[in-house]
Amino acid sequence: MISSNSPTSNSPIYLDHAATTRCDPKVVDAMLPYFTEMFGNAGSRNHQFGWQAEDGIEIAREHAAKLIGAQAKEVIFTSGSTESNNLAIKGAAEIYARAAAGQTGRGHIITAAHEHKAVLDPIRRLMREGFDATFIQPPADGVITAEMVKAALRPDTILVSIMWANNELGTINEVPQIGRLCHEKEVIFHTDATQWVGKMPTNVEADQIDLLSWSGHKMYGPKGVGGLYVRRRKPRVRLEALQDGGGQERGMRSGTQNVSGIVGFGKACELCFNEMESEGKRLLAMRDRLETELKKRIEVTVVNGHPTKRLPNISNISFGFVEGESLMMGVREIACSSGSACTSASLEPSYVLKSLGIGDDLAHSSLRLSLGRWTTEAEIDSAIVMIETAVNHLRRLSPLYDLHKEGVDLSKIVWQAH
Amino acid sequence: MAYSNKVIEHYENPRNVGAFGTSKEVAARKDIGIGIVGAPECGDVMQLQIKVSEQGIIEDAKFKCFGCGSAIASSSLATEWIKGKTVDEALTIRNTQIVEELSLPPVKIHCSVLAEDSIRSAIEDWKKKSGASPASQSPMPVTQHA
Repeated sequence: MISSNSPTSNSPIYLDHAATTRCDPKVVDAMLPYFTEMFGNAGSRNHQFGWQAEDGIEIAREHAAKLIGAQAKEVIFTSGSTESNNLAIKGAAEIYARAAAGQTGRGHIITAAHEHKAVLDPIRRLMREGFDATFIQPPADGVITAEMVKAALRPDTILVSIMWANNELGTINEVPQIGRLCHEKEVIFHTDATQWVGKMPTNVEADQIDLLSWSGHKMYGPKGVGGLYVRRRKPRVRLEALQDGGGQERGMRSGTQNVSGIVGFGKACELCFNEMESEGKRLLAMRDRLETELKKRIEVTVVNGHPTKRLPNISNISFGFVEGESLMMGVREIACSSGSACTSASLEPSYVLKSLGIGDDLAHSSLRLSLGRWTTEAEIDSAIVMIETAVNHLRRLSPLYDLHKEGVDLSKIVWQAH
Repeated sequence: MAYSNKVIEHYENPRNVGAFGTSKEVAARKDIGIGIVGAPECGDVMQLQIKVSEQGIIEDAKFKCFGCGSAIASSSLATEWIKGKTVDEALTIRNTQIVEELSLPPVKIHCSVLAEDSIRSAIEDWKKKSGASPASQSPMPVTQHA
C-alpha cells in the first residue's frame, strides 16, 4: 500500500500541474493488483485472468464515461491526449473526406493558432494530404468564440477542432456554443479537453461534442493512458483507425489494452468526479490570491489571457524586464514553466503567447504557474515571496528596467538584433 | 538542464553590476565605452560599460543583463576578465574561453557570443568617442553569427 499522502517536504514546490500531476496514491493502489495477481489480457475470453482484466477495464470505462457525461460504449482508451487527438482528427478527416486520397480539395478543417502541437501538427499533415485548414487567430484575451468559428466556416468544412481550455493560459473557449454551431451545420466537432476534464464539469450531450480527448496524467492518473470520446448517436461518428491489428477498442485502437493504466485512469476519473467541485473552489481562491499579491507587490506584472474565462488552476504571468528562464533559476524552489525561448529547443518564445499579440519581450518574461490537488496555502505564500525576491534581484540587473525607469519606451528602440 | 556551479554562483552574486550614470550621462563621457547587444525579442540584452584610462587600460567595468542565467553569468564573468586589461588585451577574449570557464552547454553558446560582442562593442564605442589612435591596433575583427 502507498502510505505517503504528500510529496516529501524538502522537494520544490510543485506548481506545474498543467505539465503533469502526481499520481494519486489511491490510483496507484487501484492499479497495483493488475500488474501481479490480475495480469490477464482483456482479450482472453476463456479464462478467469482475462475476465478479471476485462472487468477492470469496463469499470474504468464506466468511470471515464460518467466524468464526461457519456455512455461507456462511447469511450475508447488510448495512450493519452496526443494519440486521442491524432486519432480523432486524422481518423475523422479520412472518413469525412470529400475526395479520395491523392486528390486535393478533400475538405476544410478549422482550428486555432494557439492549439497544442498535438492538434496543429496532425492538421498540418492533413494539409499535405489534400485538406485545407483555417487557423483562427485568437484575440488578445485568448478566447475562441462561436462567432469566430462561424466566420471561418465554409461549405466544405468537415471538421472543427477547438480545445476546451488552453494549456499555457488556462483560457476557456466557448465550447458548448461551438458544439451547437457545428451540430447546426453538420460539421464534426472535436475538442482537446486535456486541461479541462477532471477540473470542470463536462457533459458531452449538453455541450454537443462529437469527439473529446483527455489524458490520465493531467488529472492525477498515470502517464501513458488517455481517453477519446466518440459519439455514437446523433450523429454516429466514425473514425478510420490509425493502428490496425486485433480490433480492440471497437476496432478504433488495436493493441492489447494497458489494463493497469486503464484501471488507474478510471480511478483518477472517479476521484475527479467526486472532488472537482470543492477542489475547483479551493484552487481558484489560491490562484486569485497568488495573482493579486504578485500584481500588488511587483510593478509591470501582467496576467496573460482572459481575466475570468480561465481554469481555476492555471496562471500565466509576465514580469516585465526580466527573462523567464533566469526567473525560474531564481525560484529554483518552485517547479514551474516559462514561455521564454530559452526553455525551448527552438529558441523562439511561446507561440501561444505570441499568437495573442503579446510582445516577444513579455512572452520571454512569462511564468506559467499551475496548481493542483496537493498545493497548499503555505506553498502559495512561499511562492509569492520567492517570486518577488527573484524579480527584484533580476530587475537590479536588467538594462531594460533602467530604461523603463528613465521613461524610455522600449518599443521605440532599434535593437541591434542578434 | 542543470546549471554549472559557476553559472549559479555568478547568477547569485553577479560581479560589477551597474552603470556609470544614467544613459544620458554616460553617453556624454569620453572615457566610457558602452556596448549594448541583443534585443528583448530575442530574450537577451547585454549592456557593458567600460571606463578606460588615457593609456587604454580598462579601469572599471559595469554590466546589466536581461537574459537567462547563462547570459547573466557570461556578462558578469566578462567584466571580471576585462578589468585591469588594456583594450587590446580585452579584445583577445574569445567566447570559447567563457564557454569553457562556465561549462556552458551547446544551447547556451550564444550567451558567450553575446558577451564577446559586448566587449567589442564597448571598446569600439570608447574608441569612437575618445578618438583613440588605432595605430597600435589591427583592424576591428568582424564577428558574424547566424
